[in-house]
Parts: sequence; C-alpha cells; structure tokens
Amino acid sequence: MGPLGLLLALALHLAACTRTHRDYCVLGAGPAGLQMAALLQRAGRDYEVFERESAPGSFFTRYPRHRKLISINKRHTGKANAEFNLRHDWNSLLSDDPRLLFRHYSKAYFPDASDMVRYLGDFAKCLGLRVQYNTNITHVALDKDPQAWNGHYFILTQQNGQAYQCSVLLVATGLSVPKLVDFPGSEHVEGYESVSVDPEDFVGQNVLILGRGNSAFETAENILGVTNFVHMLSRSRVRLSWATHYVGDVRAINNGLLDTYQLKSLDGLLESDLGYLALVKDSKGKFHITLRFFLDENNSSQSADAIPLPQDDNDNFAMRVAYDRVIRCLGWKFDFSIFNQSLRLSSGTEFSKKYPLIRASYESKGSRGLFILGTASHSVDYRKSAGGFIHGFRYTVRAVHRLLEHRHHGIGWPSTEHPITQLSSSIIRRVNEASGLYQMFSVLADIILLKENATAFEYLEEFPMQMLAQLETLTGRTARHGLFVINMEYGKNFSGPEKDVFYYDRSVAHVEDAWRSNFLHPVIYYYRHLPTEQDMRFRPAQWPLPRPAAIHHIVEDFLTDWTAPVGHILPLRRFLENCLGTDLRSFYAESCFLFALTRQRLPPFCQQGYLKMQGLSSTKSLRQHGVESRLLPDYTAMENSSRWLGDHPSAPGPLTQSLDSNKEEL
Amino acid sequence: MMSSGFVVFRAGVALVLMCSFYRSTEDPLPELSPQQYFSTLQPGKASLAYFCQVGSLSNSVFLEELKEAIRPLQDYGISVSKVNCVEEEASRYCGKEEGVMKAYLFRGHILLREFPTDTLFDVNAIVAHVLFTLLFNEVKYVTTLEDLHSIENSLKGKANMIFSYVEAIGTPEHRAVMEAAFVYGTSYQFALTTEIALLENIGSENTGRAHLYFLHCELASDLTESCRTTRMEQPLTTLNIHVFIKTMKAPLVMEVAEDPQQVSIIHLQLGLPLVFIISQQATYEADRRTAEWVAWRLLGKAGVLLLSRDSVDVDIPQHANVAFRRAEKEAPVEFLVLNDVDLIVSHVKSNMYIEETQEDEDGDEEGPDLAIQDDEVAETVYRDRKRPLPLELTVELTQETFNSTVTTSDSLVLFYATWHAVSMAFLQSYIDVAIKLKGTSTILLTRINCADWSDVCAKQNVTAFPAVKLYKEGESPVSYEGMLGTKDLLKFVQLNRISCPVNIASIQEAEKYLRGELYKDLFSFPSVSVLGLFSPAMASAEEHFREAGKRLRGSIITGVYSEDDVWILSNKYAAPLPAMLLARPREGGIESVPLATAPVQEMVRILANAPLEAFPEITVETLPAYLRLQRPLLMLFSDGSIDPQYRNAALALVRQKQLEPFTPCWLNFNYI
Repeated sequence: MGPLGLLLALALHLAACTRTHRDYCVLGAGPAGLQMAALLQRAGRDYEVFERESAPGSFFTRYPRHRKLISINKRHTGKANAEFNLRHDWNSLLSDDPRLLFRHYSKAYFPDASDMVRYLGDFAKCLGLRVQYNTNITHVALDKDPQAWNGHYFILTQQNGQAYQCSVLLVATGLSVPKLVDFPGSEHVEGYESVSVDPEDFVGQNVLILGRGNSAFETAENILGVTNFVHMLSRSRVRLSWATHYVGDVRAINNGLLDTYQLKSLDGLLESDLGYLALVKDSKGKFHITLRFFLDENNSSQSADAIPLPQDDNDNFAMRVAYDRVIRCLGWKFDFSIFNQSLRLSSGTEFSKKYPLIRASYESKGSRGLFILGTASHSVDYRKSAGGFIHGFRYTVRAVHRLLEHRHHGIGWPSTEHPITQLSSSIIRRVNEASGLYQMFSVLADIILLKENATAFEYLEEFPMQMLAQLETLTGRTARHGLFVINMEYGKNFSGPEKDVFYYDRSVAHVEDAWRSNFLHPVIYYYRHLPTEQDMRFRPAQWPLPRPAAIHHIVEDFLTDWTAPVGHILPLRRFLENCLGTDLRSFYAESCFLFALTRQRLPPFCQQGYLKMQGLSSTKSLRQHGVESRLLPDYTAMENSSRWLGDHPSAPGPLTQSLDSNKEEL
Repeated sequence: MMSSGFVVFRAGVALVLMCSFYRSTEDPLPELSPQQYFSTLQPGKASLAYFCQVGSLSNSVFLEELKEAIRPLQDYGISVSKVNCVEEEASRYCGKEEGVMKAYLFRGHILLREFPTDTLFDVNAIVAHVLFTLLFNEVKYVTTLEDLHSIENSLKGKANMIFSYVEAIGTPEHRAVMEAAFVYGTSYQFALTTEIALLENIGSENTGRAHLYFLHCELASDLTESCRTTRMEQPLTTLNIHVFIKTMKAPLVMEVAEDPQQVSIIHLQLGLPLVFIISQQATYEADRRTAEWVAWRLLGKAGVLLLSRDSVDVDIPQHANVAFRRAEKEAPVEFLVLNDVDLIVSHVKSNMYIEETQEDEDGDEEGPDLAIQDDEVAETVYRDRKRPLPLELTVELTQETFNSTVTTSDSLVLFYATWHAVSMAFLQSYIDVAIKLKGTSTILLTRINCADWSDVCAKQNVTAFPAVKLYKEGESPVSYEGMLGTKDLLKFVQLNRISCPVNIASIQEAEKYLRGELYKDLFSFPSVSVLGLFSPAMASAEEHFREAGKRLRGSIITGVYSEDDVWILSNKYAAPLPAMLLARPREGGIESVPLATAPVQEMVRILANAPLEAFPEITVETLPAYLRLQRPLLMLFSDGSIDPQYRNAALALVRQKQLEPFTPCWLNFNYI
C-alpha cells in the first residue's frame, strides 16, 4: 500500500502547488452566478464560474416540477423606457445587450421553466462568460495568507482533486437541499422533488399535502380536478402575496385550492404543527393521521391498526379520513455541507434558518471576502422584498459588484454630479424609471450626497440602505454635508397575511395625506449627517432607516407615474427647499435679469443658467400664461404707464410677493 | 411661494403682532407698596389692584393679561396697579398663604369685590368682570324667566331694555355687552343671563355663543302687552352692539322728499343699506303702513325711508315701488319692483355687505395654499399644455433611429423630458427655430424624449435636460451652450453652417468679410466679425487661433487670412502681425488687437470677449456677458433709446480711460 499512498500524497501535493489562482470565484451558474459573471466580465476582472452540471440554471431543468414559472414576463407596458420596463420583467438578467431580454424567449406571461434554461444558456454564451461546467466543488476551505486581499484565500477543491485559490468567493448556489420533516411515519411521505406530475396518477385519491407555499399550491393546482379531495396542512396560516406584497408568498395564479376550500368543494386547508403529528400506514396501505404522543405512549411495535387515532376520542376530528398519498412541499434550504468550518459560515436565526448568515452588504459574517448572492442571500430581506428572486437579486448582485470594485480596484461607487438645480428632476427621473429601487424597495435606495453649501450633489444609485452608516468606506464617496435617501415603501400597516387590502379608502389621492400612502411610493429621508451604526441599530421598529431630520412621501400613484407638476413635483421641491434653505424654482431669463439688477443674491437656477449665459427665454404664449397666472409681470402694461420705475410702486402684490420672498439664496 | 420663504413671512406677521403687543404694554404696570397704593386712592374712583407676594413666583401669565387690560380699563376711568406685599407693610389683602393671591376692586377706599386670579383669565375677562361689578345696578343679572318678566313689566311704557345671553361670564361677548352697558346703561335697562334655558323660554331656537335682544318696552302701553323684541343678528362685538343700539334709537321710518342718492341718515354712516318705499299721494297711508311693516322687519339691518314720488324730480321708473341703496359710498340707487314685504326683506338680506372677511383674519394663520404653483416655468408650461405645437417640424428620434440619424445627416438633437418643465418651455423655442429654418437649412432638427429613451441620453453623456447637441459627419458632437431661446439657437445653427474658421482667400474677400457682406444671406447683421491675420511663417499662432475659433464655434464667426500679401491689411489697420481685426459692421468701426503668442486658453478668452461693446445697452440678453467681466456696472438710465449726445460723451470717457474700473453701460427702462 505504501507506494500507492505515496503516490496519492504526491498527487495531492502537486495539486496544492499548482492550484489555479482566480481573483473572483463564483460558485454556481444559476441566474445570480451568471449575473455576477457578466458584471465581472464587463469590468475585465479575473474570474471563473464553477458549475456542477453541464449547462447553466440546472435548478430550472427540474423545478418548478409543473414547469410554470410564476415570475411575470410582461412584454408590453405601453412605455419605451427600458429601465422602467425592467420593473415588470421578472426574468431577465442585467446586461447591455437588448437581445438578452427574457421577452425574446417566451411569449407567455407565466413562462415555462425550460425557456429560462434556454435563456440562461444564451446569456452565458452570448456574453462569453467564463464558466467551468461539470465541475463539482466538493470542499471549500480557508488558507491564511497576509498577501491575500482579505488576509486569506479560499481554496476550492473539485471532485477530482483539482484545486483553485480565490481571493474573493461569491457563493450563488441557491437553495438546493429539500427541507425535510421528521415525524413518525415520515418515511411514507413523497417529496415535491420526486412526486409524479401526471394527474392520471392521482385519479380518485385522497391527497394530503404538507406545506403551504407556492410549491404546495402548485402541486395541488395540478391535481385538484382528478382527486377526491386535497387537504393541505401547514404550521401557520396561508400568506397570500397580494395581501403581504411579498412575491414569495402564495401567488394568486396558484390559489385554486383556496377557492374550492372556501366554496366547500371538499378540498381543505388546516393548520397544525407537523412536529406533533404521526403518520400510520394501515393494512390496506392507506395513511392515517395521528398524534405523536399516542405513539410515544404506546409501544411503537404495535401493529398499525391498533394505534390509537384522534378520532377515537374526538369523533369529528378533521383529518379522520384515510389518505392515499401524502406529499411534502416544504421548500429548500442552503447547502452548508461543502464549506469547511474555518469559513464560519453559519445558518441564520430561527426565522431564516434556511439561509446562511450575512450582513446587509451580502458579505458573510464569518469570513471577509465571502459573499452570498442570489436566492441564498434572501435572509437580508426575507418576507419583505424581492432579494430571493431574479428580479430582486440581479440588483443586489450589482450592488455587491460595486462594493468589490471599490474595495479591490479603487473604483468608487458610480455616481454622477449635478448642480443643485437638477435636484428635484434627478429624483423625479429615478422614482419614475428606476427598477432596482422599485423591486428592491426598502433594501436598495438611492443616495444623494450634498456638496458644501448645497450648491451641487452627487447621485449614487441602489446602495444597500442598511449599510448607510458605512457608506463612506463602502463607496469611497464623502457625505459630509448632508444627504438624501430615496426609498420606495408600502404603507407601514397596510400589508400582512391577515390584513384587508381592499378596504374602502385604501388609496390616498391628496397631497396632504401623502404620508398615509399605502401602495408602493417614494419616500425621501433627509439627514444632516450620515447616521452612525448606533443610529442604524436603534432605529424605530418597522423603520428602514433612523429618524431623519425631515421626511417626505410622494403621494402614491395609481399609475406609478410620479410626474404630476402640482401633485408630485411641487411638494417634492418644497420639501427639498425646506431642507436646504434654498430656492429651487426655475425662472425665465427676464426674471433672472430683474433679480440680477435688484438683488444681491440670485436663486441657483439663475446663477447656473442665466449668469452663465444659458438663461431660459420665454415664448410669447408662455409669457402670456405667466401674466395670467400673475407669476410674471405684464411688461406691455408697464410700457403703457411709462414711468413705472419712478413713482409707481412696482408690480402688483402677488408678483412682488413671489419674487421678493425673503429666501436666503445661495 | 416657497415654504421657507413663507415661514419668514409668518415670522414677519408674528413680529408685527409682537410690536403691537409691546405698544400696548408701553403703559407700565405701576408697582406699589400697600401703603403707597392706599394713599393714591381717590374717593369715587375705581381701581383694580393685584396683591403680590414679593419673592414668590409671580403669576406671569396673569400679569401679562393685566398689563393688557390697563389701557381699556383706563378708558373707563379705572386704574390698575400691582401691589407688592413687603413684610414690614403687611396688609390684610396680602393674604396668608403664598400663591393664593387675589385682585381687588376698590371704589375709593371701599372694597367692591375680590377676584381670584383664575377668574380673570384674560384681558376680556378682566374688563368684563370689573365693569360687571361696577355696573351692578345698570346690568341686572337674571336667572329665571320670572326675573326677566318682572324687569320687563317695570319698564313697560317707560323705557326700553337690552337683554343678552352670554355663554359665560368673562367671555369676549360678555365684555362687549358690559362695554355697551357702560355707555348706554343710563338710557336703557340692561339684563344679562348665562342660563341657556331662559333663552329657550323666550323662543330662540339656535343658541350660539351669545345673543342680544332689544325689547321695545317703551311702546307697550299696557301691562298685558308684551314688549316687541328685536334680535341682533351680527356677532356680539362692541362695535356691532353700538351700531345696533344706534339704529334702535333712530326713528322707525323717515319721510324724505329728496334725491335718494343724496339722502344721508345715520344708517348709512353705520354702514347699513337704505330701503326707500316709493310712495304716491294717493296711496300714502298704505305706503306708510308698508314702510313701518318693513322697518320692523329690517330693524337693525337697514334704514327704511318713505320717498314721495311726487315731490322729487328724480327720474323714478314707472313701476318701481322700492329703491335700494347699498351702504358703500359710490353705490348707485337701484329701483326695484317688489310686490311683497318678504321680497323686500330678502333682497336686503342678500345684498347686505357682510364683514365676515375680517373674522378669518386672527385665527387663520394658515398662509398660502401649498398646492399653489409658484414656479413660473412649471406653471406657464402647465397652463400651455393643451396648445398643440407643430412638433412634426422636428424629427422624433428613438433608440432605434438615433444612431442611424445622427451618423447619416448633420443633425441638431434636443434632449428633453416630457415631464420636465424647463425642457418643455425650451421645446417651444426649439420648434420656433424649426419654423424659422423650415426648408432652408441643411441641418436636420431632431429631438429625443429622455423620459422614454434614458439609455440613449445617458450614452450621449446627457446628464441634465434640456441639452442640445450638433452632430456633424466625421466630427465629435458639439454641445450648444448658449441661451435657451430661439434667437441664440438660431444663430448657433446658422454659424455652424459656415466652416470654422473661415479661410479667406483674397484681400478683397477679407474686406467683404469685415464689412459683414460675406454671409448676408445667413444673417441680417452679424454683430461682430473676427479676422485673424498671420504671416505664413506664424504657423503655431495661427494654429492656436484656429483652435480657439473652433471652441467658440456657433457663437462667433472667425476668419483667418494668412496669404503672402497679409501685410497690406496689417498696414491698413495698423495691426502688427499676428493680429486680430474686430469688425462691427453695425457701428462701422474696425479695431485691431495684437495677438502675441497667446496660449489657446487666452485666445479663447479674447475671442469670447470680442463681441463686447465699449458702451453697451444692458438687456436681458446682454447683461450676463458684462457681469462676467466682474467689474461694477456704471449704468446710465435712459427713458427710451439713448441720446447720441450721452453716448458720445460716454465713449469719449472710455477712450480717455477715465472709466477703467467700471463697465459703462446704459439701460432703457421702458424696455425692461
């Protein structure tokens, strides 16, 4: 055995010495892995994607079992704006290539999963992404090295012993392990991952489904018409996504069973903790529900027919009927098995046990340089936003990439600088088209960093708002003169599984009531200083951010079109003016001219435009409206009364008031 | 108005209020010791004194109110003072326990009443309470219907009575009634109640805060006859009560025989309208009865007069039976045909001048409506939104057509957003340019809506709207940086049709160019033409000049002449080479500027300032250019166009370099 052992050791040693280095290693060529690869590719980084299967998106080759994706593929919105249209395209990944939009891959509103597989394949191929297929990474460990970017390398070992050394590890393996439930008799339960999808196999059967998520309802939907009845059993009440505004809850497209349950068509929904139950198979091969402690009390070696059932005492027990099949549809969890302990990658709290524990920057709490992307990163916004789904994590992946670009390549968070006169229009533009803000509401937010004296500002898009306290170190931008955070929010007490979201008066139309808006609407926070970590931690319950110096809600809009001059833009401008103590109105050259001759300071619009010889001329028709609205003086009238500059008190009241308001101009 | 401006505005209001407040407290509250106080008391004179423990926490709110009451109480001959209880001068009014300090009302040395300070909660309560105490006999306080009737009965055939209900003692209405009683207490018997039940008994259905009734008991000759009652309908203020009582004193119906426009009676002075019942001799008796009937109904609301049609030579329409004249000075007399007393009454009521606007003034400090647009651009664009623009004169680009369009033809592109007011205001000027250039220009005018095609705009580096760029084949796009208006943009387009800089081929052409005749078809009058003169050896200076000219492309025409015979021009205009000639065809002068080996940047500056004049007219368009020189403007104001005499004087001063630190200029203030 000696020589063989030696050979093996040698081989291992060789492997260790020749392990390939990559700056970035991405685990998994699913949507999140490919999204990250596309960004790394565009930035010209040294990266490699490792995929166990022979093609991207292997999850979608099997799941969902009934092949219908419930992410919408809205091909028509009536708008040309590509960014806006992404708000209603839940399947595409982000790229510069307009051909790589999912609407070119399927016409179905709820597309087939195989189209997704095809799409992901094309995405990887068209962009020339570096993906190693058929590469099963079986072990990930840490190798300390002070030279490394993060003080250590990640060592990835393939099934054949080939190893890779990575500076940054991006884990996009999704949730791949079916969640099991352990109770006496659970061996009789079929799993969602393997149960038949042919309705013919269920004809005339009594079916019990464990779980109450989309996979459970999807399974029920498929067999509702052929079974005797379907009962669905879960620990807690059903959560409907139209009531919770969370896309991971049960979608209306799957809720046929709710309909038949409420119409007493024999199907039904029950709540009970699965841990108390036991399943007993009788001599005819049918399954009976009983309680676990009945089994514990009795000798478990008893024959099935002798085990006491709840209906023995309680003859109207709901599940007293015998079932032909029991199907488990309990979802998936993250596969922790390949990660060495040294990575200290642990699972989340009770609430999000199926996800690895990460920060709001998507970096693992255990080791620096290890990021979780995609579905597995959903602990950040579980049951809140869309971070567990393609249309959400495509943006969070981009945010991670931006953080990495700054951390390792000194490229600051992308930002654009504008004069202060562009402030309201920058915000209006973004809230009307930005898809990342819209999908990842209350997770990603736009940040406006003010320059000294609020004469200009920098605009940063889609920053993970929970990391606000670390903004300067994460982005390389400075926030010394105050900032605005632009977020999208639902009304605080509007959504929830037990809430009535159709109540009369649910929508708000008046500007004064904007703060009571229930549907998704923009909210702008103003801080004089960057909140500290302390501020972030002790923020009010239910608030995404600490208490700001000032807050503004743009009133919700039925069309999500926030461009109304009086309803949306005017209140926003007033809010910004109040925060900054400046005048953000726009003026025609004539007004600026008058100001220039009569005032010491001019409104920023005149300073930035008129004084730089770029004033805005009015046309005859506009001037006429100006006179009618009494915002502009009537020059023709003045020409008639020749000596108006002399004895006459200048223009009438409203004009003087509007022009001479005692605002501190810059 | 901007809201923070509006805060300032409100602060201004507050300031005014504070001022008036301080004025009222100019009367200091006399602070006396008990001994001093009692020595000042005069027999028969009322005085209110607040006894206050020295060193104890003073009741500052009460003191403020007390200070305010000084002036009004003085008007009624009542003095107010604060008495500081010092230990050595203990007085029984000083009280034993701290904090339970009271105010006392004396007449002479006689104590009339003591008031716990909480009953005197504000200035109205102080005045009301004090007067109520002093007018104990004049104003009877009644609690039952029997009390009221017994007073009524005692007055029948003798005097009239004023009865009022107030919600509580010490309210502003109570004060108003007491102030009226102070004046009219000797003429009328006043009665007051706070019992709402009493009010219901006399048949008043809507019970508000306060009511006042005039009981015409003098007319009741018989004890069994109840007094006729007139209710005052205006809110209870001192002034309204005064007006009401005055009208009660006036005769019920007056007979006049003069032009109703000239009649002046007390009602008019009090701001009440007049109703003339037009009478004829034949129907005099009936008319008189009608007039009295109307007068009773309108008592306190209008004056009623009987106008004899026969005795006035005013043209009264044939059928008119009533004339109505509003209280306003200039209001004309209306002649009406009203065949029913009710019609007359309702006509008066609906035409009453209601002074309710004043009511809102105090409480309502809400200020201007936040929903009112105060951005002139946003408002005018919004108001103009329904007027169709001839947008078809410009080509609308999309993501698909943008690149193919700008690469295949010389195109001007306007980047705008439909929701952006400034963009939409400028779009109008842009369309105007398209109208002006229709059929003449080789440059295609296009526009792209960045609200739809934000990707395209971002790729073209457009970060702010509106933006205009000129795309010419084989050249990098030129951004337009002039005024967002028709005139400048048109000039930009026109100038860009000329190659830049213009290569002048001969001396003759150079002269033509300097006269502004070379591009006559393009411009009616170029303001300035610039010609760079270089000898063929001065390649680098020429290169700099060409570069500077290119940078200013679209705002100024530059030409270059560098033939061998350039010395002819150099000699003619006394311009040592390299030099620049500035020609102002409009004014006829040609100026030469030496171009030493200036760097491009400096050359750009010189060229950019070339169009500036020595004594310019300041207009909306020209002001920014002259402000940029950062020199004070020395401005001549002119009523109309400038007198050439002044102009020449100013130019002479400029030539003598007397005005060096300034930018001399003139302004036509008729033209602003």
